Amino acid sequence: MFRELGKMVMLSGAILRALPKVLRYRRNLFEQLFEIGNSSLFMACVLSLFIGGVLSLQAGPLLAQRGLGSMLGGLVGASLAKELGPVMMSILIAGRIGSAMAAELGSMRVYQEIDALRTLNINPIEYLVLPRVVAISVALPCLLVFSLLVGCAGGAFVAAFNPEVAVSSAAFFNNLRSTLELRDILHGLIKTFLFAVTVGVVCCNQGLDTLGGPRGIGRSVTKAVVNSIVFILVLDYVITRMLLPFTKASMAGGF
Amino acid sequence: MNPVSSAESGVAIRVRQLRKSFGPQLVLDGVDLDIRPGEIFVLMGPSGSGKSVLLRHLIGLETPDAGEILLNDTRLEDEGIRDRFRLAMVFQSGGLLNSLTVGENVGLYLSEHRLKPAEEIERVVREKLALVHLGPADALKYPAELSGGMKKRVAIARALVMEPQVVLYDEPTSELDPLVAVTVGREIVRANAVTRATTLVVTHDRDLAFGIAHRIAFLNEGRIVAVGTPDAIRASQDPLVRRFLSADFTRD
Repeated sequence: MFRELGKMVMLSGAILRALPKVLRYRRNLFEQLFEIGNSSLFMACVLSLFIGGVLSLQAGPLLAQRGLGSMLGGLVGASLAKELGPVMMSILIAGRIGSAMAAELGSMRVYQEIDALRTLNINPIEYLVLPRVVAISVALPCLLVFSLLVGCAGGAFVAAFNPEVAVSSAAFFNNLRSTLELRDILHGLIKTFLFAVTVGVVCCNQGLDTLGGPRGIGRSVTKAVVNSIVFILVLDYVITRMLLPFTKASMAGGF
Repeated sequence: MNPVSSAESGVAIRVRQLRKSFGPQLVLDGVDLDIRPGEIFVLMGPSGSGKSVLLRHLIGLETPDAGEILLNDTRLEDEGIRDRFRLAMVFQSGGLLNSLTVGENVGLYLSEHRLKPAEEIERVVREKLALVHLGPADALKYPAELSGGMKKRVAIARALVMEPQVVLYDEPTSELDPLVAVTVGREIVRANAVTRATTLVVTHDRDLAFGIAHRIAFLNEGRIVAVGTPDAIRASQDPLVRRFLSADFTRD
């Protein structure tokens, strides 16, 4: 485990050193951005719609019974922006894109494509890893914004049409506007960005570390996804703890 | 076949007491080799004898535990060696990037290092593909659409684009039928004649080895047991070499 952590730190250092060259690899970068955005946007929207809906479904009746139904918009928005959106989107991307990254790099390692790049004096970190990590770090926060919009729409829909909640869309969005502040969204975006970098580094590292043919590729993909989820959840606690002093004011004002 | 007499671009390779272990397994046990500029040097030996590992050391994909490799008296691990010498390798699987077309694979070295403008790269790609008997239509295909023999030829074209001084071939005829293997063997000889690059071929294929080599070395359990011209190797009295060369399938 410490050996893998060490490798990830080394890989992160190499990515940071290569960062100024990212525009040299813009073709690979745009390909990856398209791949991540195009293949994940629909799934991210579907997931967010139902997360927003289920939040309203669970919290709505409880708030309504206590005469706090009008607070539902803020609750759903804050939960999505600061916690559920970043974590669920990152887990979705780890499963969908991170696994593909690990599989692709693993297969390139096993079938000597990475060695071939080295013999052509092409640095595999710059050519393969850098565009992937940068693309996922840009795309995932963008997906969070979509997820937030769609999730709130899902929450508002359930709030309006579920008789146990019966909060109008206007009331839902009014409360959302008055409760959710820019720093809450920034909180979510910072988290998502850090999760994205983590997923990128973990999955690329697993891919590059692949040994032993098709079975090795399968093992790498499983490890990449599981490790990504573990890192996301551990980091979630750490980042929330660190960002809490900056977001307390808005929570106090909203609820 | 006569060795290339005047090798302008080929470099001499000297391997001195090269040792490499993977865990407890000793793979290279003090290998010494002298490969002359511009010659086709074939490294033969049974499976697991360390041939491919030696090849990977020669291009810097592995680091030796001990010993050294010299290219024209410059140590392989010296700073800037890649700027002074152009080394290319043709992998057993071809090592083509599956996400790129054949043309993009062949021109990758030039495009990534921005050595020529796009139109010039296209011209060079067409020229190198023609050298290995592939046409412009093949440049648009993806590696997954190619046969094993075509993949090897594309890999050779990609190596030639570097205008290499050293070309290393790892099992170039593995998984190929005898007819395609002969074609690939001819491409190796032709590439050597065109580039005058020092050529090192690792193979089990006795026909290929005796067909193309200026000199042959026989590696067994990480040690060189015989080196010489094809005729000298045929006449070798070393029992391992004799057993390897005379091995034949006969029904009891």
